[in-house]
Amino acid sequence: MQALGIEVLFKGSNFARLLGGLWVALEISLISVLLSIILGIFFGIIMTSKNPIVRIFTRIYLEIVRIMPQMVLLFIVFFGTTRVFGWNLSAEAASIIVFTFWGTAEMGDLVRGAVTSIPKHQYESSYALGMTNVQTYYHIVIPQTLRRLIPLSINLVTRMIKTTSLVMMIGVVEALKVAQQIIEANRMSSPNAAFGVFAAVFVLYFLACWPISLLAGFLEKKWGG
Amino acid sequence: MSWDVMQQYLPLYQEAMLLTLYIGWIGVLLSVALGLVTALVVHYKIPIISKIAKVYIEIFRNTPLLIQLFFIYFGLPKIGISISAEMCGVVGLGLLGGSYMAETFRSGLEAVDKIQLESAMSLGMTHFQALRHIVLPQAVSLSMPAFVANVIFLLKETSVFSAISLMDLMFTAKDLIGLYYKTSECLVLLVVFYLIILLPVSVLGSVLERRLRYASFGH
Repeated sequence: MQALGIEVLFKGSNFARLLGGLWVALEISLISVLLSIILGIFFGIIMTSKNPIVRIFTRIYLEIVRIMPQMVLLFIVFFGTTRVFGWNLSAEAASIIVFTFWGTAEMGDLVRGAVTSIPKHQYESSYALGMTNVQTYYHIVIPQTLRRLIPLSINLVTRMIKTTSLVMMIGVVEALKVAQQIIEANRMSSPNAAFGVFAAVFVLYFLACWPISLLAGFLEKKWGG
Repeated sequence: MSWDVMQQYLPLYQEAMLLTLYIGWIGVLLSVALGLVTALVVHYKIPIISKIAKVYIEIFRNTPLLIQLFFIYFGLPKIGISISAEMCGVVGLGLLGGSYMAETFRSGLEAVDKIQLESAMSLGMTHFQALRHIVLPQAVSLSMPAFVANVIFLLKETSVFSAISLMDLMFTAKDLIGLYYKTSECLVLLVVFYLIILLPVSVLGSVLERRLRYASFGH
């Protein structure tokens, strides 16, 4: 094991530190996901509006988020806005702002897709059965929308977790940064630590995302179409 | 904001854009090839290989590119596999993209009804002919929206390469900010250059999508 540098993980509190680093990334993504889901639902409903001006603005927002790499957004918020407006922003706050900005657009698009995918005859049939507007939404529309929405938004969670690995680039101390620190600290005693430690980070991220992906896949299959 | 500074930086950004485009498109081509092979292997349930393909898809879909690159670039040399930063970027992007493309193509293939293949074969086509004339055109048009989204995603992901010191757009911007503190100018140029790369792909994608929706059955 000496050659692969895996033993470094079991020295002192290294493994716990690595987990702590992962938790920082997970925390940022969970906060961002929660905010994005709440804001995204509103944004999605706004997107279904037929007002042309509203449509143009939502379209531009969506397109910006789709086209700009998240890293560029992170740099703009963390280095750009702080410079232009002269305020102070911690790296964590900047990442939460960026990921919420990004997640809201993605979530909004999912909500829009789910709402517009309910065929018109579903509404008409339920009115024909004598249901009121509230009843129609409560019993017919919302349950169907949620079934389409939930697997897709769970997928968004894994994408969010994967993307939060970027926060290391603006100086948040998360798993990858901790891994670098551990490797640097053990440069002399185990020169091959880079392999073992980065492999460990790789596995940790996989273990964080895989169960969530499986859940999304399972729900998608269960509730299909 | 000063235009002089921006003009001065322009050549550096152009060079970086070329590198980004170069690695990005090779990576995309590689991932299409890899994705197609993997999707076919999984679709035809070739024993053993399809198991390996599934494991590959799961692993690379569930880990971030940054981590994959760090592992390939810093980790693998320790066990004797040493590759250049460019090669590492292309391989990383190809492997990541391959797993996304494989999922896209596979769901496209699955979405084509089995009856299509059976009807084609009952008309006397060979399996290969049926695949080429009947199944693939439909599968391609069904998976096109996701395909375009993947291409945009992969080109965006090239921004991560700056972490392994490839001189791409992101790296150039970061470097210039660190050297001269012209933060706003550098970031504006960065945004402009990413728009130059990605806006055409996005527009082309939506045109293509509309065209294919028009061409699809029943419209």
